[in-house]
Amino acid sequence: MTRDEPRLLLTTSPFLKHREDTAYLMWQVNYALVPVLLAAIWFFGINALLIAVACIAGALLPEWLHNRSRSGRSTLRDGSGVITGALLALTLPPTTPLWMAFTGGFVAIALGKLIFGGIGSNVFNPALVGRAFLQAAFPSMLTTWAQPVPGSELLTVRGDLFAFPFLKPGIDAITQATPLSQMKFDGVVTNATDLLFGTTAGSLGETGSLIILICGLYLGLRRVLNWRIPISILATVGLIAAATHLIDPARFAPPMFHLFSGGLMLGAIFMATDPVSSPITQRGCWIFGVGIGALVMIIRLFGGLPEGVMYAILLMNATTPLINRTTQGRVYGTSWRAKRH
Amino acid sequence: MATSLARHIETFRHGVHPADYKELTHDRQIERIPFMDELVLPLTQHLGSPSRPVVKVGDYVHRGQVIGEATGFVSSYLHASATGTITAIDLRNHPSGKVVDSIVLKPDPVSPQILHDERTIDWKTMSPKEIIDQVSWGGFVGLGGAAFPTHVKLTVPEGKKVRFFLVNAVECEPYLNSDYRALLERSDSIFLGVEILLKALGAEIAYIGVEMNKVDAIEQLRAAMPEHLPCEIVPLETKYPQGAEKMLTEAVLDIEIPSGRLPIDVQVIVNNVGTVSGIGDLFRYGQPLIERIVTVTGPGIRKPSNLLIPIGTRLTDVIAYCGGMTDNVKQVLFGGPMMGSAQRMLDVPIMKGTSGILFLTDYEVFPREEYPCIKCQRCVDACPVFLNPSRLGSLAKARLYDDMHEWHIMDCMECGSCSYVCPSNIPLVQRFRVAKVLLREQKARETAGGE
Ligand code: SF4
Ligand code: SF4
Repeated sequence: MTRDEPRLLLTTSPFLKHREDTAYLMWQVNYALVPVLLAAIWFFGINALLIAVACIAGALLPEWLHNRSRSGRSTLRDGSGVITGALLALTLPPTTPLWMAFTGGFVAIALGKLIFGGIGSNVFNPALVGRAFLQAAFPSMLTTWAQPVPGSELLTVRGDLFAFPFLKPGIDAITQATPLSQMKFDGVVTNATDLLFGTTAGSLGETGSLIILICGLYLGLRRVLNWRIPISILATVGLIAAATHLIDPARFAPPMFHLFSGGLMLGAIFMATDPVSSPITQRGCWIFGVGIGALVMIIRLFGGLPEGVMYAILLMNATTPLINRTTQGRVYGTSWRAKRH
Repeated sequence: MATSLARHIETFRHGVHPADYKELTHDRQIERIPFMDELVLPLTQHLGSPSRPVVKVGDYVHRGQVIGEATGFVSSYLHASATGTITAIDLRNHPSGKVVDSIVLKPDPVSPQILHDERTIDWKTMSPKEIIDQVSWGGFVGLGGAAFPTHVKLTVPEGKKVRFFLVNAVECEPYLNSDYRALLERSDSIFLGVEILLKALGAEIAYIGVEMNKVDAIEQLRAAMPEHLPCEIVPLETKYPQGAEKMLTEAVLDIEIPSGRLPIDVQVIVNNVGTVSGIGDLFRYGQPLIERIVTVTGPGIRKPSNLLIPIGTRLTDVIAYCGGMTDNVKQVLFGGPMMGSAQRMLDVPIMKGTSGILFLTDYEVFPREEYPCIKCQRCVDACPVFLNPSRLGSLAKARLYDDMHEWHIMDCMECGSCSYVCPSNIPLVQRFRVAKVLLREQKARETAGGE
């Protein structure tokens, strides 16, 4: 045969590919987290940035070690480790010491992702695994909240950011109870505008629900995340809050308060929607979302803790395989559908 | 089914929306390509048993004359696509990648190339059986790509009946325009074909399904439709794989064909519009299937065109006619980019089932990194038969083929929608094909062992 012909590549169909690949999707989430982080910096100053950097560094280290130990391709560039680190940072108080944030990031990836087999195999949302670990290991540190001072102290380092590991931190920031614990333990309901614009105490990403909502809207419209999950979570929380508030307004806060306080927005939009640990069927996603919403409200209203988003998501993550199995639809043409004629 | 112009645009559930890239040849009129020096006519251009040659080397044959006859019911007649001399009957390269017995024909350069036996066939006095026999003689196969002998499809089994005749003009494969050009330029033949086939099938009404990226064709067809014809043009949402029989039946009639069954089981017969138009020409001029419309397109060919090509014209000649390939061509496909097949060499003939030739360059074809499945549910939302490709993919990787069977892999129609959407670049359908072949072999062994 003449060899002036081009070398033709022999593969099988399809030859066309959608151009959004996994790394692209992950980086889209990261980009959407940038405004949320900027808001945190606005409220809590440079602390927020330092904590985020520490978490991300902590998250990428085990991933990097893992790559080196197995001669394979690098998984650092796919952006999923960065998401985990950034999300973890947003769940931490602005006074978290950096070594603690770094440890949290490390544990999130090492225990939350790598021991399951890396990206795609984890059962739980890695960021929440990291957060749960920190909460269990350093309970007092993780429940001390500082009052945000928007814009005024951008470059002031507050709290014990540079505390040495395992030294008892001496808190010098102005501390304040979060709206949820104020409600739970003192019966004080913060007004909705404060919640919306983030001028309340809380973790880095708890404040400023509005920004999170806008970023989530962008990701939902771009189809990067499954909008059914946040919608069903928020609707469930809103409904339960409305019902309980109607029954006893003195004891139960109104829906707006529940929707915009605590880590609900962040959890519903950025954590529950982690594709790996959420169901793969659309029906499953509705069930998953309703389950999270219901658990959040049960913990908030009747549990011992002021906030339950983290546990609600982790619990529902555990049920994902079961939901997948039970919501697998019928195969095309396996039940006779009556014709419309 | 409503009849108004403003009716709802129908479609099936799930599927994908690839960019259609049809603009390359969208406005190119069908252009007749000259007869080249040599035509290669494989005896296997259809599903079923190969045709048997009825000519010898050295014979002088006329355009439209039978040179190969059907061997059995599921087989097809083969005709000389030009007047000329048979120069060889031997093994030649075939687009499937094999070498196949082929009749080689050298067109007579001085012949006027008129049709051997030009006549109109009076179908009105014929019985359905006689009409179908004519179609069989004409060597018709599905021109959409599958190349299943048309007369087999038209033969309604004992005890079954046909109510609806669906004409598949969706052309859901990106890049291709051969059906679209036929809709615009061959509407007379199409409507004649519809009328004849309605009679042959005893069907009540015909529906021509056209996707909304061909609005001008829809309007023109509606204007050109003969008044007495029980036929309706059905606009469909542009979506892949709407051209699959099951999806088209669902889109147009809202009928779900049961798993493992055929359209005839729900009183439906589907034919490609090119086939219908060819059958119209058969009864109008007595012209068997000796040429077809082929979209030659893609970034890798200098002059993208819609060509009327004599069956058997070699790909190299078509490329030369279209100004040659660009230097960065990476893949040459027969058919569309979603279900077509890559060619290893250019020394292959255009066949009855070749709806398009697509030239892809290194811009479109490059290695993509495979990531682990992130359970993003895109494949689940894409699969038109409601499988779980993510699950099937992990089972395939672990070679758990029996489990795949339980997850209904045999219902997979290999449309490739799952591979197309997968952000992790997992070759899902590619693995499913392997699994299905292995499962079929295993089943064959079991039944053989059981006897
Ligand atoms: S190739 Fe099979 S599994 Fe994939 S989308 Fe098509 S029918 Fe579904
Ligand atoms: S599209 Fe790919 S990555 Fe997404 S669930 Fe399906 S197989 Fe997994």
